[in-house]
Order: sequence, then structure tokens, then C-alpha cells
Amino acid sequence: MIPSKFDYVRPSSLDEAVRALADAGDDAKVIAGGQSLLPLLRLRLANPELLVDVGGIDELRGVTDEGDSLLIGARTTHYQLVHDPLIAEHCGLIAETAETVADPAVRHRGTFGGSLAHGDPAGDLPAVALALDATLIARGPGGDREIPAADFFVDYLTTALEPAEVLTGIRVPKLPGWGYRYEKFHRTAQAWATVGVAALVQRSNGQVANARIGLTNMGPVPVRATAAEDAATGAQASRDSLRAAASRAGEGTEPPADLHGAPDYRRHLARVLTGRALAAAAGV
Amino acid sequence: MTAPTVAHPAELGRARLRKEDARLITGQTNWTDNIVLPGLLHMAFLRSPHAHARITSVNVSAARQLPGVIAAYSGADFADEQGSLPCAWPVTPDIVIPAHPPMAVDEVRYVGEAVAVVVARNRYEAADAIEAIEVDYEPLPPVLDIRTALDEDSPKVHEAGNKSFEWVFGNGDIDAAFSGAPVVVERTYRQQRLIPSAMEPRAVVAASTGDEVTLWSSTQIPHVLRVMLALVTGIPEQNIRVIAPDVGGGFGSKLQVTAEEVLAVLITRKLGRPVKWTESRSEGNMTTHHGRDQWQRIRIAADSDGRIRGLDVDLLADMGAYLMLVTPGIPLLGAFMFNGIYKMDALAFKCTGVFTTKMPTDAYRGAGRPEATFAIERTIDELAVELGLEPLELRARNWIAHEEFPYTTIAGLTYDSGNYEAATAKAKELFRYDELRQEQAERNARNDPVRLGIGISTFTEMCGLAPSRVLGSLSYGAGGWESASIRMLPTGKVEVVTGSSAHGQGHETAWSQIVADQLGVPFEDIRVLHGDTQVSPKGMDTYGSRSLAVGGMALVGACDKVIEKARVIAAGMIEASADDLEWTAGRFSVRGDPEKAVTIGEIALAAFAAHNLPEGVEPSLDSDHTYDPDNFSFPHGTHLCATEIDTETGMVTIRSYVAVDDVGKVVNPLIVEGQVHGGIAQGIAQALYEEGVYDDAGNLVTTTLADYLVPSAADLPSYVTSRTESPSDNRLGVKGVGEAGTIASTPAVVNAIIDALRPLGVSDVIMPCTPERVWRAIQSAQQSGATS
Repeated sequence: MIPSKFDYVRPSSLDEAVRALADAGDDAKVIAGGQSLLPLLRLRLANPELLVDVGGIDELRGVTDEGDSLLIGARTTHYQLVHDPLIAEHCGLIAETAETVADPAVRHRGTFGGSLAHGDPAGDLPAVALALDATLIARGPGGDREIPAADFFVDYLTTALEPAEVLTGIRVPKLPGWGYRYEKFHRTAQAWATVGVAALVQRSNGQVANARIGLTNMGPVPVRATAAEDAATGAQASRDSLRAAASRAGEGTEPPADLHGAPDYRRHLARVLTGRALAAAAGV
Repeated sequence: MTAPTVAHPAELGRARLRKEDARLITGQTNWTDNIVLPGLLHMAFLRSPHAHARITSVNVSAARQLPGVIAAYSGADFADEQGSLPCAWPVTPDIVIPAHPPMAVDEVRYVGEAVAVVVARNRYEAADAIEAIEVDYEPLPPVLDIRTALDEDSPKVHEAGNKSFEWVFGNGDIDAAFSGAPVVVERTYRQQRLIPSAMEPRAVVAASTGDEVTLWSSTQIPHVLRVMLALVTGIPEQNIRVIAPDVGGGFGSKLQVTAEEVLAVLITRKLGRPVKWTESRSEGNMTTHHGRDQWQRIRIAADSDGRIRGLDVDLLADMGAYLMLVTPGIPLLGAFMFNGIYKMDALAFKCTGVFTTKMPTDAYRGAGRPEATFAIERTIDELAVELGLEPLELRARNWIAHEEFPYTTIAGLTYDSGNYEAATAKAKELFRYDELRQEQAERNARNDPVRLGIGISTFTEMCGLAPSRVLGSLSYGAGGWESASIRMLPTGKVEVVTGSSAHGQGHETAWSQIVADQLGVPFEDIRVLHGDTQVSPKGMDTYGSRSLAVGGMALVGACDKVIEKARVIAAGMIEASADDLEWTAGRFSVRGDPEKAVTIGEIALAAFAAHNLPEGVEPSLDSDHTYDPDNFSFPHGTHLCATEIDTETGMVTIRSYVAVDDVGKVVNPLIVEGQVHGGIAQGIAQALYEEGVYDDAGNLVTTTLADYLVPSAADLPSYVTSRTESPSDNRLGVKGVGEAGTIASTPAVVNAIIDALRPLGVSDVIMPCTPERVWRAIQSAQQSGATS
């Protein structure tokens, strides 16, 4: 890797990190696992003057039970998401999704917070955070700020984080009794999702009481398939009716065109995968 | 004299782990990029962002001022001395071979072509300085599609036009074969552009001392490269040393003489300091030669019982912007393979080489034979459908029967051995062919959204390149022989020098096994030396699955000479007549008196001391041998692939894959297995995943491994492999296995996809068969079905 020249600091506390970012202005980037940033540095698509490595800040790690929710430290790696017992018990969708990210080497280094802060709509976890109605917590010079996932993803590779803010944690609600499924469609195991669908379903008396659907790589930011959610809510928990609801999953999306699929194909995939994800989440 | 018996089991056929593994797998070895010399400088290249443009100015003065920069040069700075990169295969007398300066001077013709170079104290400074070079371009129109590049109104890549050559070949009366034929099937196939992806990127280090210049390069061809460097640069050949240290894969992409190699040599001589360059993966995707890229029109004529009458092939082959080392010859290596394993009355072949503003193409694993094999095996399936015949039955009606070998094909090659019946029977059994056909019928009957398809590839190929006289008749610039030397050391150990240049094939292991058997010395006592023109001065290097069938046979000849000389010395030592001596397991003994014996090690010591050698015998026990084969060798096999296709998404999953290969006698089954596995993976990659894509402006889109999808173990099935054994005519009975898997597997996979989708009205999907392409093929077949 032959990046442009940059300075590097590795603070041991969150406040130190925030100060370093504030002092550097717009020319600094936070690095944790580096799985998204390093490729940009390698290709010289990003040329920050300062990297603030949060890898030494222990308060960013780990999972805390808060009663109705879990607080997941931003530095928690994909590997830890897959294997953490609290996540397995209360938020299996995150573990199931994290297991599909790239390959073991990436999962051991890449972090939950990094994947969200990078704001890549092709990443798997942003759509999951969106479907979960997660709350993202950031520390800036003025203290902590809570940002709903729905407001976090602003544009392609752009989030609501201010230049001097560090994403510290992600609060996700426990959803007891909800079924879930992440349907990822990709051409090779290591490839990004052509399309991904994160579905959460709450059933009641053979019907879908609640459905939440997050879509990966169906626009410049991860999006909720609200039309399909509305159609599924109140529907029979059957494959046919969920498939009918899923037929609206492409509505309002602006999928990209690239080597892995044109927009119309991606919308088609979103419909098919949403049908499958809803059915699996509903247990039918 | 008592002679200890050298006890060792027969090495031929023994599945040994490779001697090379520890250092290659850990990387604790002399990869070119690991080489550090005192005062080493680093090169970085500025490359064209345009597919086609006139260079109006290059200004390197700002770059020269930057910290750490030692020198910066434009193409014009080297215009007088850089020469033209060579093409060693002028396939026709009137072929157009444009000048190919290592660094562009007046015009760039593909994205990535070098226009300037910086030499700095480290790679970072060199890369930074590249950004300070100013180049003014006057863009010219790109030429991207070989189907329209020959039109009158097409922009021109070179002044002489976009046609490089037209090469025709044929045998039999093609008009008679087609006129009045009850069945004629015509198809057009696309061989997409592939980007070879060796694990180790290209890398060079060059150093000059006095008159001598040494080039370390991650190359397959140190010997050929040395000759070519002399011809291109004018440096006397005797002053050039080329070293290929451990090389991490090539697949043909390092069978090349590159701009970076030539410039490294020129620059180290200019500066008097050693220089290094290692490409990044993205730089490699752009500027390491590409493979394939053809449009194939193929017509087949048959009788109504399926007997093939003739085959007519018309190829358009994308040369890219220039002809590199063997660029024009690659599609022609397939010319003799379109008929495959089948008998027929006539063959006609035409290939037109076309220039485009893209990276030049050249050898890539299989080189011409995968393309040909794909076309014939796909077409045979289409013909079977046309005739309503089971595809294996149609093949059996046309293939060369076991008892017909040796058989001279319509292409004029004499296949020495083979047994297509045996390989196919074995493959069918391992595959559970009949059961799968049954399941397929059931799933079709119930309109299963996940379709099952069965793909067949009964392939052969020509390898062991090659008889020198044949290469001469094809206008190739060099011979096809190989050399070997044996040096018996005074302590009884053995040094083997080979002209083959391994870059992952395991020659050190396989060659040791061959020599161990021939000389009767332990495997562990043998060291194989290669890849340095000062250590191994003669050689034709490694490509075209030639090393075992040619280089291995050179070893056998060299061992013969050592044994012959040893016999004379042994006779003197034992005081017996040479005619009375028997050679077994590394020792000579007197016939009828086995206790009177000397080992090859004892003979070597006697030859070294030379105190008492027989009259006329020179000291030292060693030999040199060169071997020029009489014929190619012809591996064959039957590969069967079952795919499942999710018709809702277009996703193709390989459910099972059976490969029965006949590569003749096997030296090391583990190495053969590895070659077959890797080869199949690369063929599957062409069928499903890989494609080098340029956009409408001629920019390479697939510059990273995120866009150029190389499958990993996670994406590939577990293969069932097996072998049949039809020994070839050479003394070892070996054929070669480096490319067989790649040649065989691509049509097996695509035939399986089409077999699955044919009930839905799909008769072809262009490669790679991505989910989107498969899904669209289904959609369009259903739409046309609905309207018809």
C-alpha cells in the first residue's frame, strides 16, 4: 500500500480522540479496523492529513445489557458480533448479518461502528441498523449526541457525524419474539451485496403484526422498504401473502448500476429477496 | 568392494509433499520484491488515463524537484535507446507489427500505457512525484469493439489500420462437407477478456556492475527474456544475466517481455544504481497482459445420424493495442483443437487479428485451446439438440475410438494415445449420470423454480510445446526443446540443472523424483537448480504445459549420459568388462556376481578424484542434454458438471463436478491433483465470474479485485477427481497437466447452465454467466415464448 503521506495518532481516551479531531479540522479521519478506509487510502481516493486511530480506546468495546436494549461499542468487531451471547439472545439479526461480511480476516478487524460511520450503502450492517431503528451515539467537543439511524445516513459515504465526532456506540432495541432474516445476494463470498434485505417480523395469531425491512445497496444510502412494510403489516403470515407484500420492495429505491446489476435487476432482486426474508422471519 | 544398496521406493507415482512448500507458503523466500540491494532506488510509472491520445507535452521538471527524487524521465528521454518491445511470432508474411516503445513517445493507445517514470529513494516518494508530472494529451477516438474495428469508418489504432493479420488453415473439402449436409448448426460465442491474477504481482530489480547488468524478474521465461533484452536494448547478450527467483504464479501472464523490465535495465545503467519496481494489483490489472477476447463464429455440418461432416470456424481475435511476445500466435494454438476428439471430413479455420485501444492480449492458461474447446463442446451440445440425440451419445458416435490410436486428425495432428470411452465411462459412474438425468426430468416436469442442468466436456488438448520443426513451420521465433544437466557431486549428492523455469509447478519435487528413479539416489540427495541464466545457461522456460513432457524428458536423457559414463568408470573400478555390468537401483554390479558392485556415489567420488580413470575418460561425472520432442502430447478427459439455477434470481450453483483426466503416467499425484483443482477453478471463473471490462471511453472498469471477481475456495465446489492412464509415446509416458483443467471446465459449466435452462427456451448465455445475465436470458426467452 502506497498512500499519500499522513500523520497518525493513537489516543488512549475518547476525549483525547475528539480533541485530536477538533484540532485537525476537516483533514482528519478516524480509523478503527481500517477495512473500509485502507482501500481508499491505497487507491489515493482519500488523502487525509491525520489518522486518529481509536484502536486503543477500550471504552468503545463490548456489549452492555441496558434492560430494553443493548448498547454495542462502536469498536466491537464483526467476529465479536457473531459470537457475543447477549447479541445472540436479543438481537440475532446482527449476528446473522455480521457473519456474511467479507471473510474471516475482515471480520476479525472490521468493526460495527466503522461499517456504519463509513456510510457505504453496500455494507450489510447499515441496513440492519436502519431496520432495527437503532440509535447511534456520537461524542463530540460538546459531549454526547444521539442520532436515530433514520437520520444518520445522509448520502453516499456521508453520515450525520460532524468532523470532530467519534461514533461511540449503537443502541439496539431487544425485540423479543420477533423473527428475523438477512438475505444477502452476492456473486462471490467476499463480494459486497448486490442487494441485501434485512427483515424483522412480529407475528400475532397467524398474522404479521409488525414488519421492518432494511435494504442494502438499493440507493445512495441504506433504505427502508416502507411500502412493503405497510403491505406486510396485517397480512397473513403465509408465503403467498408475504410475496405479494414483497412485490412493493422496489418502490422508492434508486439502486446503482454497476457490473453486478442494472437498477431494474436490483429492484427485481429486492422483491424476490424481500419475499424470502419476510417468509423466513415469519417462520413460514 | 562391498556396495551398500541404495534403498528407496519407486518415486514415479509417489504422492510426495513438495520440497518448495515451506518457503513458498510462508513467503520466507526470495520473491523479487523481497530483494534489497545497497543503494536500491524505486521506480514508479505515470500511466495514460486515455484509451487513445496524442501526447503534446510531458513535463517532469516539477517531479525532479521533489524530496527523494533522483530522476524522472518521459518517453521522449528514452526514444533513442528504448527500442520496441518484441513480437516473436509473426504468424503471416504480411502481418502488421506496429512499433511498441516501452514508454509512449507520441501517442498512447490504451489506458495504463507508461508515459513517464520517476526514480526515487523510496516507493512513497516515487508515487508522490508521479502526481507532479504534467502531461498534455490531445484525445483521439478509442477503438473498443473488434466487430466494428474493421469497418471503413472506424477510427484507427495505428496508421496502418486495425487489421494485424488474417491467418487461414484447413484440410479436406469444406464445401463438400457443407453442401447437401442434412444438418448445419451455426453459433457465435464470446470469449470474454480475462485478466490473469497470479498471486505475486509482477516485480523487477535491475542492477549493473561494470559491463554486466543483472535483472531479477518475476518471470516465467528468464532464458527467452535474456535473448530478447539483448535484441531490444542492444546490450551484448553475454553481459546480461536474468534471474527468475521464486515466482508466485504466472498462468502465462509472465510469459512476456515487458516495458518495465526493459526500462529497469536501461535506467540502472544510466544511474549506476540498482532499481526496483513492483506493480500494485490495480496497476497489474491494467498493464499485465490480458487473455482470451475473441468472437467465434462456428458452423458444423452433420449427417442425420449425427456423423460430423465438417467444421468451419471464423475468429475475430482482439490483439489489444500492440503485438506482444506471442500475441498473434495465441488464437492459432487453438486452430488445431476446434475438431477436439472428433473425426470429420473437413475443417476450415480463419482468424483475423484486430487492434483495439486496450491492453494487449497474450498467453493465458490454455492459450487458444480453452477457446477452441469451449466452441466445439458447446456446439456439440447444440448439434445434439438439433438432432434429438443424447449429447454423450452424439459424442460417442464421432470420437476417435480407443483402437484407432495413433490417429491423425483433420487438423493434421497425430494423437498418440487416448481412451475416451474409458474416461467417459468412469466419469459417468462417479457422477451418477443416469440418476441425475432422472432427477432433472422430474424437476422439469414439476416446473421447479430451481433447475438442474448437466454439462459435458469431453476435451483434449495439445501440450508439451513443442517439436521445434513444427514451431518453425508456424513462424514461431524460437525452438521448443529443453535442456537439463546432471552433476554428480563428490559426496554422492546430485545437482540437477533444468532449463524449465518453475513458478509454482513444483519442479524441484517432480524433477527430484524422476532423477531419483533414474540414478537410484535418494530423493533427499537431489537439488534442482533453475531460473538463473548463469546457473542454467540454456533453456526454453515454462509455459504450454511443456515442462514435464519436454524438460522431464531432457532429464532422462541427461541421466542416461551419466549412467553411460559411470558404466565405463565402474568397469575400471571393479576390473570387469563394461558389457558385463548390470545397472540396478543406483549401482553397477557384475552380472552373476552381485557382491561385486559400486554405487553411483562411489563412482562419482572416483570421477572427482580422477586418480585412476580408464583411458580417455574425462574427470567429473556429469552430463548435458537437450531434448526436442517428436510430437505434442495430448491429455484428454471427461468432465461432468451439475448446476442448479435459481430461476428467480439467476444465481448458478455448482452442485457437483466430476473430472476424469488422462494425463498419461503421473510422476506425483498430489501435484497433478493440485493442477487439476486449480485449473478447474480457473475455468469455472471464466464461466461464471471473471471479465475484464472497459467502458465506452476505454477505461478499464475492473481495476480491483472488488470488480474483477476471482472466486475463492468459498465459491467453488468440492471436485471429484479421478484418472485414466493412456501413456504417451515418450519414455516417461507423461503428457502434461498444467492447463487441462482450465481447458476442460469452462464448457462443462456453461453446457450445464444451458442444459438447465433449455426447457425454458434459453439456448445461450454470454460468459461470464452472471446471475443478471442468466435472469435476463430467462426473461427474454419467456417474453419471446409468450409472443410466438
